[in-house]
Amino acid sequence: MSELTLKTITELREGFRGGEFSAREIAEAFNAAVVAGRSLNAYTVETPELALEAADAADRDRTTNSLKPLSGIPLGIKDLFATVGVDSTSGSNILKGFKPTYESTVSGNLKAAGAGMLGKLNMDEFAMGSSNETSAYGPVNSPWKRNDGGNAALTPGGSSGGSAAAVSAGLAPGVTGTDTGGSIRQPAAFTGISGIKPTYGRCSRWGIVAFASSLDQAGPMARTVRDCAIMLEAMAGFDPKDATSLNMPVPQWEAGLTTDLRGKKVGIPKEYRIDGVPPEINAIWDQGIEWLKDAGAEVVQISLPHTKYALPTYYIIAPAEASSNLARYDGVRYGLRDMPQGGNLDAMYAATRAAGFGAEVKRRIMIGTYVLSAGFYDAYFTKAQKVRTLIKRDFAEAFKQCDLILTPTAPSAAFGLNEKMSDPLAMYLNDVFAVPASLAGLPAMSVPGGLDSQGLPLGIHLIGRELDEQGVLNAGLAIEERAGFTHRPKRWW
Amino acid sequence: MSVNADQVRHVARLARLALGDDEIDRMVPELNNILGWVEQLGEVDTDGVEPLTAVIENHLRLREDVVDDGDCRDDILENAPDAQHGFFAVPKVIE
Repeated sequence: MSELTLKTITELREGFRGGEFSAREIAEAFNAAVVAGRSLNAYTVETPELALEAADAADRDRTTNSLKPLSGIPLGIKDLFATVGVDSTSGSNILKGFKPTYESTVSGNLKAAGAGMLGKLNMDEFAMGSSNETSAYGPVNSPWKRNDGGNAALTPGGSSGGSAAAVSAGLAPGVTGTDTGGSIRQPAAFTGISGIKPTYGRCSRWGIVAFASSLDQAGPMARTVRDCAIMLEAMAGFDPKDATSLNMPVPQWEAGLTTDLRGKKVGIPKEYRIDGVPPEINAIWDQGIEWLKDAGAEVVQISLPHTKYALPTYYIIAPAEASSNLARYDGVRYGLRDMPQGGNLDAMYAATRAAGFGAEVKRRIMIGTYVLSAGFYDAYFTKAQKVRTLIKRDFAEAFKQCDLILTPTAPSAAFGLNEKMSDPLAMYLNDVFAVPASLAGLPAMSVPGGLDSQGLPLGIHLIGRELDEQGVLNAGLAIEERAGFTHRPKRWW
Repeated sequence: MSVNADQVRHVARLARLALGDDEIDRMVPELNNILGWVEQLGEVDTDGVEPLTAVIENHLRLREDVVDDGDCRDDILENAPDAQHGFFAVPKVIE
């Protein structure tokens, strides 16, 4: 593989600007890597011509000194971002062949910043999953293998599994992800890369296929914390087309990066020490604590008393919102239509939805419909929204004593494909550490901490106060510098 | 609370999902597992707690009362499974 595909966004930017290589050379190198990496099943659509088109524009802009922040950088885009003229299917059969006539705000922002698009990235269907196995395109293979000599296929995590695999395998220097209950952070942890979910409202949801609207947030996934800061700056920003978009300026996160954490207090929540978690997970957490101390931070013990209720709360609220959002797939305006012989309109709706949705999506629509149905709404949905208030309050109390919270990202390293598909609850537990921050709308990030005894990456998770992406990124960078994580999966694909 | 096959059938009808009897039968224990698990929220004292309505404080904005989009009928119909005469076409609704 070309050396260019080993470089970070930061290095590509420097090299391109300094005239070391052209944007076209970068795009060609990644286009070739995408083709060579097809056995990973990371991309659902390849758009080499769009990557080249943006590259040629970047090369021209360099000669006229009109470079943009991401000129020369090709990116992968998760399949649920609407991209003009390019299939945008959210990993679902019900949207097969859907070519939007409009561009999502976030992918549009990246393009306006000069970035090119390498293709669309595989994902769990409608982002409902933690292993990328619910995708209509089939699972993504993690580029990582255990070091036990076996050849077991592992999950890259999910729902942004194609995104994570692409960065980890060098099929893109950076990608977009979305995070509803851990879908950026868990796959980043499983594949040894970094990813940040910003504060709810930082990135516009317009043009992103909706899963659970009060939780969905877009964010970047890349090899380094600095790369994430660069991408997030381009992705974020006020958008009048999203009613929950935050109308405030986008901070200069990259320029604000520092690893001097003196004066910062880092909270360690006792409720995140849960039974049944492998000792290596707690060990990497303890290591993270030492690294942040080394960077000057003071460590304090905190309590988030409602932590254990976060997952059940999430699995009421997210399916409820999903059942409502996914009502739009009715075979009328876009996507699949299944018209039973002699059937009426209602039969068309039901047949289309039965044929187009996969098993996990149907399960969540059923749960969501049930908890919103007459007679059960208060017992389930209203109750969950009350507990969500308490979870948010837990964080507000904790942030009176600390500036940041440090936890593991996931309760295990990557697991094998097919290991958890038969047990929905076991799959849901993957997001036990990620979901509370989602319910509270807080910025949170995973950075690689090290490898476990099987040679698989483990992530460290940082949660910040609302709007304090800078604090999260800085602590992430402090860990990155100390972890010195340079491991890459050994190429087999 | 637990659900039986008839209730699952009712929910499938509300959700406009044409599920076969085998799918219904498979879903009954799956849904009961999940519902049994989320019922642990009953342990939490939420008396006097307001349900969360906005995850990050934000005010609903008003916009100028002017048309700022439109004139894009063909774009909107572009992906329709069946578009006729500038409309979405569906099976006959009124007999």
